[in-house]
Amino acid sequence: MSEPTDIISLGHGSGGRLTHDLVRQVFRRHFGNPLLAAEGDAAVLTAGAGALAVTTDAFVVTPLEFPGGDIGALAVHGSLNDLAVAGALPQYLSAAFILEEGLPLALLNRIAGSMGRAAADCGVTVVAGDTKVVERGHGDGVYIVTTGVGRMRAAPPAGPGAVRAGDAVLVTGPVGDHGAAIAAVRSGMALAELVSDTGSLFPCVDALYQAGVAPRFMRDATRGGLVTVLAELCAQARDVSVMLQEADLPVRASVRTVCEMLGLDPLYLACEGRAVVVVPAGQAQTALAALQTVPAGQDSSIVGEVTARAPSPVVLATRYGGTRLYDMLASEPLPRIC
Amino acid sequence: MSDLRFRDAAAVDRVLAALYALAPARPLRFMHVCGTHENALCEYGLRGRLPAWLTLVAGPGCPVCVCPASEIDLARRLAVDRGVLLASFGDVMRVPARGGSLLEAKAAGADCRVVYGIDDAVALAAANPAREVVFFAVGFETTACTTAAVLARGVPANFSVLTSHRLVPPALRALLALEDVRRRTSDVGDRINTGADNQIDGFILPGHATTVTGLADYRTLGPAAPAMAVAGFEPVELALALLRISQQAIRGDPGPIHNIYPRAVRDAGNLVARHLMDEVFAAADAAWRGIGVIPASGLRIRAHLAAHDAQVRFDVAPDPAVPDTHKACRCGDVLLGRLEPEACPLFGAGCNPDRPLGPCMVAFEGTCHARFRHRPLPGVSA
Repeated sequence: MSEPTDIISLGHGSGGRLTHDLVRQVFRRHFGNPLLAAEGDAAVLTAGAGALAVTTDAFVVTPLEFPGGDIGALAVHGSLNDLAVAGALPQYLSAAFILEEGLPLALLNRIAGSMGRAAADCGVTVVAGDTKVVERGHGDGVYIVTTGVGRMRAAPPAGPGAVRAGDAVLVTGPVGDHGAAIAAVRSGMALAELVSDTGSLFPCVDALYQAGVAPRFMRDATRGGLVTVLAELCAQARDVSVMLQEADLPVRASVRTVCEMLGLDPLYLACEGRAVVVVPAGQAQTALAALQTVPAGQDSSIVGEVTARAPSPVVLATRYGGTRLYDMLASEPLPRIC
Repeated sequence: MSDLRFRDAAAVDRVLAALYALAPARPLRFMHVCGTHENALCEYGLRGRLPAWLTLVAGPGCPVCVCPASEIDLARRLAVDRGVLLASFGDVMRVPARGGSLLEAKAAGADCRVVYGIDDAVALAAANPAREVVFFAVGFETTACTTAAVLARGVPANFSVLTSHRLVPPALRALLALEDVRRRTSDVGDRINTGADNQIDGFILPGHATTVTGLADYRTLGPAAPAMAVAGFEPVELALALLRISQQAIRGDPGPIHNIYPRAVRDAGNLVARHLMDEVFAAADAAWRGIGVIPASGLRIRAHLAAHDAQVRFDVAPDPAVPDTHKACRCGDVLLGRLEPEACPLFGAGCNPDRPLGPCMVAFEGTCHARFRHRPLPGVSA
C-alpha cells in the first residue's frame, strides 16, 4: 500500500525523496525566488552598506488557522515587525518548520501560501528554510521558527535609555485584537468582529520616518500586550513609569465585551500588528498625523505619557477619575471564577 | 464608543448628588459581599467619591478566599498522590496552601487543568475515559447551581466533584450575630473604619448569587437585619443601591429589599436552579478560611450521588492539621470587614500579588488584591 499523499508522514522529514518533493511542491512553490531555488546549504546575501539587524522568533499558536490569519502570517509579520520597530528595513527571512506526522498537506499549503503572500506584500524574500517531522502527538501540527535580516536605517530609535519624563506614548491601533480573537475561538465563540490584527508594521514605521519623526523607543506589542511592552520599557529605562489615559486607549467594543465575558484584560492580551511608539512631546501630533495616513495606522492614538517613577510601571488613569496600577504579568493570565 | 447606560458618568453624578444631599444623624456603615462589587467600586472610582459619613466595607464575598486551606490541600493531594486529572477554576490555582498552590503542583507534574466551568471538566472526563477526573467545585450559589445542574443531568462514570461551595445568607446571619457587631463596640488596637464601630447598617447583596436564589433567604436574617439592596455591577446600580440603603437606614424602619438589578434578579430567583440545587445538595456546616465554621453554610452532595462525590469515591477528607493561613495573615479580619486591607501591616511590601501571603491578595475577587491594584499614587488622596 502506498503512502497516503494528503498528510505529512515521518518520511517527509527523512531528507530523502519525500523531503525534496515537499520542499519543491510546497515551500518553493509559495516562496519561490532564485536564492531558494539554488538549494544551497546557505544563502549568500548582499544586504547593502551599513549595519545589519537580525531577529529570530518561534511560533506555536493553537489553533493554526484563526479569524484574520494563520500561523504562517504570524511568523512572517512577527519577524518583520521586530526588524521594523528596531529601525531596520526588512529584507530577508528564513523559515524552519517542525511538522507533526498527520498534518494535512492542504493545511500546510494554505499556511505556506499565506507566508508567501505576506512576504511578497512586505517586499521580503524567504531565502533559507528547513523541514523536520516529529511523531504524531509530539507537536501541535506545525511549529515555525523564523529569522529576519534587515539593513539599519540611518537614525534608528535610541532605545529605553533615551526615554524621558514628558515623552508621549502612542499605539498604532486598537489593542488586544489578536489575543481576544484566539481566546474567543478557544471558548467556542466565533464572532465576525473578532479578528486578529496580524499585519506588517513597516508602513506605519516608514510613515513616521518619512514625516521626520525620530522615535525614542518603538516595540511591537505581542504576547503580554500593551502593558508588557511598557513594563519592559520601564524596567530597562529604570527611572520612569508610564501614565495611560483610559479614555484615549483604542480598544474595540467587541474585544472589550469578550474580555468581560472571559475575565481577561485587553491591556494584557497579545497584539500582532501594533507598535508602541515613544516620541518627544513636541513630536506627538506630527507622529499621530503621520501614522493616520496609512491604512494600518488609521486608528492610532496618543495614549499617555512617560512620567517619573511611580509605585508601578504602568498607571492607568481611569475614565472615572481613579487609577489602576499595572505590573508585569506574573504568569499566564488566568480567567476569573465568576 | 458609547457607554452602556448603567455606566453613564452623568447618571452616576446625579445619583451621588442625591446621596450627598442626605443628612444622616450619625455615620452609616455598610457591607457588600461580592469580590466583583469591590472591583467595580474601585474601577469606577466610586470608592473615592462616597460621602464622609458613609463607610462601605467588603465582607466575605470572595469564594476563592474563603475556601479553607485544608480543602485546597485535599484537591492538591488528589492530583499529586492519586494521579487524578483535577479540573478547577483559574483563580483557585494560585491560592497558597500547605505544600504549595495547585499551579505549583501542575508545574511539578500533577495534572491540574484550568476550566471555565464544570461542563469543560465533564468534557475532559468524556475525552479521557481511562482517567479519574475530579472537578474542584468552588463558589457561591452562582457556580453551585451549575454543579447541581450537571450532576442532576448525569455525568460520565469517571467523573466526580470535590465540593467546596458556600452559601451567602448564612454568612450574613453569622456576621450579624458577631459579638462586636451586636455590642457595637470597637476593637481596640485595630484601625477601625472611619466614624463608626463595627455595626452593619446595611448590606449590598451579591448580584449573581441572588439571580439564582432570589431574595427570600435574605428576609430571614432575623431581627437585626439591616437595610438591603441588590446591585448589579455597573456604577449607576452600585450608587443607586447605596442611595436606597442610606435612605432606609436613616428612616430606621425594616423596609423591603431594594432590587437595583431587576434585569437579572427576580424575587423568586431561578426556580429551576433552586430545584436542582435542592435535588443534588444538602446544606451542611462548613468552615470559611480565616473565619471558622458557619452553620449550614456549605453544600454536601446527597447520598444518591455518592458515586460522584470525590470525598466518598476516594475515601478522603480535609486534613484538620492544615494551617488555615500564614501566621501573620489578617485575611480573616479583612473578610469580616473588621480590617481594611491598607491597615494590614503586610499590605504592599510584605504581601502583594507577586508574593501573596493570603488568599485575599491572590484571587481577583479578593479585597486586598482589588485595593492593591487600585491603590492611589503617593501624594494623591484616596
